Amino acid sequence: MSTIGYSDWAVDLADVGPVYPFQGLEGLMVLVGVVFWLGWHVVQFRRESVELAEAAKNAKAESTKAMIDLY
Amino acid sequence: MDGNLNALTTIFTEFYYWVTVVFMFLIHVGFCMYEVGVSRRKNHLHTLMKNIMIIPLVTVTFFLFGWWIYWAFPNFYIFGGSIDYEAGAANLPTSPNMATHLGDRITGVFWAAFLLFSWTAASIVSGSVIERIRSSALWVHAVLIGSVFWIIDAAWGWHYAGWMVQKLGYHDAYASGVIHAIAGGYALGVLMVLGPRIGKFASDGTPRDIPPHNPWMVTLGIFIIYTGFWGFYAACNVPLISPEVIGGQLTGTTWTATNIYLGPTSLGAITFNFLMSLSGGLLATYIVSKGDAFWTFSGGLAGIIGASAGNDLYHPIQALIIGGIVPVIAYKLHHYVERRFKLDDAVGAVAVHGYAGFMGVVIAGFVLWGAPSSPFEGYAAINPLGQFAGAIIMFFVLGFAPAYIVTRIQSAFGVLRIPPEVELQGLDFADHHAYENAIAEITSATHEHLKS
Repeated sequence: MSTIGYSDWAVDLADVGPVYPFQGLEGLMVLVGVVFWLGWHVVQFRRESVELAEAAKNAKAESTKAMIDLY
Repeated sequence: MDGNLNALTTIFTEFYYWVTVVFMFLIHVGFCMYEVGVSRRKNHLHTLMKNIMIIPLVTVTFFLFGWWIYWAFPNFYIFGGSIDYEAGAANLPTSPNMATHLGDRITGVFWAAFLLFSWTAASIVSGSVIERIRSSALWVHAVLIGSVFWIIDAAWGWHYAGWMVQKLGYHDAYASGVIHAIAGGYALGVLMVLGPRIGKFASDGTPRDIPPHNPWMVTLGIFIIYTGFWGFYAACNVPLISPEVIGGQLTGTTWTATNIYLGPTSLGAITFNFLMSLSGGLLATYIVSKGDAFWTFSGGLAGIIGASAGNDLYHPIQALIIGGIVPVIAYKLHHYVERRFKLDDAVGAVAVHGYAGFMGVVIAGFVLWGAPSSPFEGYAAINPLGQFAGAIIMFFVLGFAPAYIVTRIQSAFGVLRIPPEVELQGLDFADHHAYENAIAEITSATHEHLKS
């Protein structure tokens, strides 16, 4: 048993194609990739919204001046 | 891979593209240094992260759908064409070719070469909008230009069977239009909605200079971009192919390097022209900008971009002159547009990439008028009208228009720009304090440890 379809390399390489694990489940793997990608956007967007709202609320004249002078 | 020659050609091609990909990584390194050098200290970390995260986002989406678009869209949906599902099938993310496959050594490296162009397109936009765009908003644009719009233009105008090549005679060997004009046009569309940084314009509308906080980092960044650009040029070629495999009108048995349209060229030719157009840009912009370092270096880049459409065929002196003229016009246009339309392009990306790329495509139509756009029979020859139409498609249709529409939507939902208080205080304020607090804490703890 082998997840990649080969349990030894006693083969003619001319006959060898894909060698990644779990062949046949490509659709499912792509679905996982899509969820990971879109999920990341959602998490990042929510977190950024909170951070920006807090930063805007906590902005003080003095600290802002110091940051501007920092250039 | 039957036969030693075929095996050698395949391995050489695989290694060739792999090397170009590594070189092109330097473009992104250079862009990051450039952007951080231009930004003010209060925004360094966010500026860096905004650009770095383009890498994973565009990579994932280019794997999921960008690469498929390139193969399926060359004739979609123009002149009755349709999606080419057959050509696209091997390039779907579910295809075994898009994975560890011992019978296909080329798809992975070829995909990666195109992917690095995608990063570049997105990164060009990223630089122009620093210090006021929400990262989340920019990252949506990065996916759109990197994995959708630029690759549609590549399918149409940078593919041996693209409709623009067949019908218009479109020729853009090193991507004046398909990368630079579209990215510059896209940046313009975003900037027009986003607006300038606070303080960029005086109350009477006079633009103020916002100098780079670190000119040396900017300099080093752009030199690294030049270096990566070598890899970009090499990646635009097919390194070695026989007339038999091309299957067009070429006769005989002489193997050659080709451009992306499978028309013959050589690394020697593009090395001449890369360096001569760079030189033209540096020399001319040094004069027009009165020795301004920022613009002189950017002008060098604009010189290459301006000549890139025809750098597979130009004479080196032609590359020099074109590389000199284009950045001067781009420089003048940048300052005109900045004053007239109050456009704050922090890194001059619209000028250096957009205007220069547009002009480069148009100029190639005149200089290469009548030259074959392809080795295949029945394709239109290179001509000024086809090139002008192509430049419009790149800059406005696939660049400016979608960017403007999407940015208007983001603006309407209030998710485009950071709040003004945060812009004044700087995006790194919280990180800056966390950093200072962490230093204070560890320093104090270390002193305590020393005492005990």
